[in-house]
Amino acid sequence: MGYDIVVCVKQVPDTANITGEAMKADGTVNRAALPTIFNPEDLNALEAALQIRDQHGGSVTALTMGPPAACEVLRECLYRGADRAILLSDRRAAASDTLATSYILSMAARKIGKYDLIFCGRQAIDGDTAQVGPQMAEKLHIQQITYFEKVVDLSGRTLRARRNVGNGWEILEVRLPVLLTVLDSANEVRPAAAKRLMSQKRARGATEVAAQVNADMPTASAEQKEQEQASRVEALKAQGLCIEQWNLDDIKADLQWCGLAGSPTKVNRVLSIVLTKEGYTEIAATEAGIRTMVQELIVDHTLG
Amino acid sequence: MLRSNGRICQSIDMIEPNRQGEVWFYAEQEDEHLNEVSLELASKARELADKLGVKMAAVLPGWNVRELSYRLIAHGADKVYYVHDTRLEHYRTLPYARVMCQLIEKHKPQIVMYGATAIGRDMAPRVASEMRAGLTADCTDLQIGDHTDPKTKVQHKNLLMQIRPAFGGNIIAWIINYDRWPQMATVREGVMRLGEGDPRRSGQIIEEKVEWDDFELAVKLIERHREARKVNLKGARIIVAGGGGVGSKDNFKLIHELAGALGGAVGASRAAVDSGFISKDHQIGQTGTTVRPALYIACGISGAVQHRAGMEESAKIIAINWDKDAPIFGVAHYGIVGDMNKILPMFIKAVRDRG
Repeated sequence: MGYDIVVCVKQVPDTANITGEAMKADGTVNRAALPTIFNPEDLNALEAALQIRDQHGGSVTALTMGPPAACEVLRECLYRGADRAILLSDRRAAASDTLATSYILSMAARKIGKYDLIFCGRQAIDGDTAQVGPQMAEKLHIQQITYFEKVVDLSGRTLRARRNVGNGWEILEVRLPVLLTVLDSANEVRPAAAKRLMSQKRARGATEVAAQVNADMPTASAEQKEQEQASRVEALKAQGLCIEQWNLDDIKADLQWCGLAGSPTKVNRVLSIVLTKEGYTEIAATEAGIRTMVQELIVDHTLG
Repeated sequence: MLRSNGRICQSIDMIEPNRQGEVWFYAEQEDEHLNEVSLELASKARELADKLGVKMAAVLPGWNVRELSYRLIAHGADKVYYVHDTRLEHYRTLPYARVMCQLIEKHKPQIVMYGATAIGRDMAPRVASEMRAGLTADCTDLQIGDHTDPKTKVQHKNLLMQIRPAFGGNIIAWIINYDRWPQMATVREGVMRLGEGDPRRSGQIIEEKVEWDDFELAVKLIERHREARKVNLKGARIIVAGGGGVGSKDNFKLIHELAGALGGAVGASRAAVDSGFISKDHQIGQTGTTVRPALYIACGISGAVQHRAGMEESAKIIAINWDKDAPIFGVAHYGIVGDMNKILPMFIKAVRDRG
């Protein structure tokens, strides 16, 4: 018994702390110069999944699509209690818009095979679109509950959940499987467990292992490196420390639906926001100054 | 690829660009009331349709809401596609998404807009996924323009330019969608102008029938609770907003006092909300409400892009900040550099003495 749960997580640039260097001269974003973080609401999604597993049993699989560095958010999932971590990494997936991303994630979910619940954060802070969850649900032909806040009842194959729609809430009843997108108000995210952190901090994905082998054996032949990499991955697997790494072929993705080709939305142009300082009327911070300003506002009918 | 209606499709059999296609918007209603964003969309849709020389239509699913069609027509719709069914009494994702998909397949509009509301943001991606069309979230402006593909040099004329802030508001992106139509976008509440409406306008109400399967009707709405918005920022003519620079909940009383003296509403930046000075329903900016009042007074708000995105369309902006280099001054009409705790009492007094 129990529920098999997939949680989709994303490593995102920390858009709240963007500095001048993060913007290139041509107005595009220099992602390399940006610190990355675990997308905040994806942590709430993970927490929601862990709570259900802790109460009912089952498993939690963390899934992310991104470059090898995104293993970092998967390790964060493992520290908090995820049972399995999968990195979907493929250069051909670059430039995917939300539609292509949802297709790729849905194919990964199909490869995972069994899922009773899929949790996503409501939205990621780099795009704020909130689209990938519902689109993934559509691709998998399952029900969706967006703006999820809490489980009201979960028994057998029936879930009752409360969603917060801003000006109120509602309780929906659905048959599993279902995809839910989770609000930051849904729960308090648990911290990484010290014990799990100690045991899982050496968890690595295949590309990370390869990079380490390259660093450790700079003079070795390609063949030696390959052998070493394979043996290290096997060792990690044996210790339960292997982050599975899939590419688009592994999930049998149709390339016409991935990356730029699979993305109907295209960028026409991008402007970085530069303040246009046209000048303002400076008002002295004195009673006389402020009275003059209030008078002007009355004259131009701004104040009635 | 498996489509949601169970058909397997082997190739990209997208909906072809239909240059004669209408401009549509989803008319969002709850409990027989139109959401204001629907009327904002109506005026934008009217403008776009006029530019393209095509008809403009609203899609209105619901139960016993035919009356609302007249308001949609008054606000610019040439046609209202009305779908009347008891199963549409309250919004549920799949029954509503089916309405949109079925009508899009039948009439092939070139543009479909949705309000970026809890409903619009739930339904539009589901529709986009099934139509395999592009969807741009949270647009702050929409225009008609041309695009030349930088690689192929092919020119696409009269596309919908979907303009939105991205990367936490640090960039503004123009998004287009030329090979898989309809061109779809969700639009932020409060950013498009709300027209007056002309009750003498005439238009057509077209009743449409929609079929659902068991899967689409399977979700049960068990309980539903709506509360009136306590804070009416969007309707306020004057807003006095405080930021992290206010310093404490106690100092925030000055913000309330000035707002009271001016008959305005109280707003806040995210920093003020995060610091616990005031509740989240007062938040203005990218993750809060977008406002365009006649007068916006920003006190102790540095003016991060996320905040400016929600208020820079205000007719008049007064910025009060101790830091003369704060970005808020870049969008201000009047600037007062100094300590808010000294300036606001003077401001309150000047307002009270004015008449």
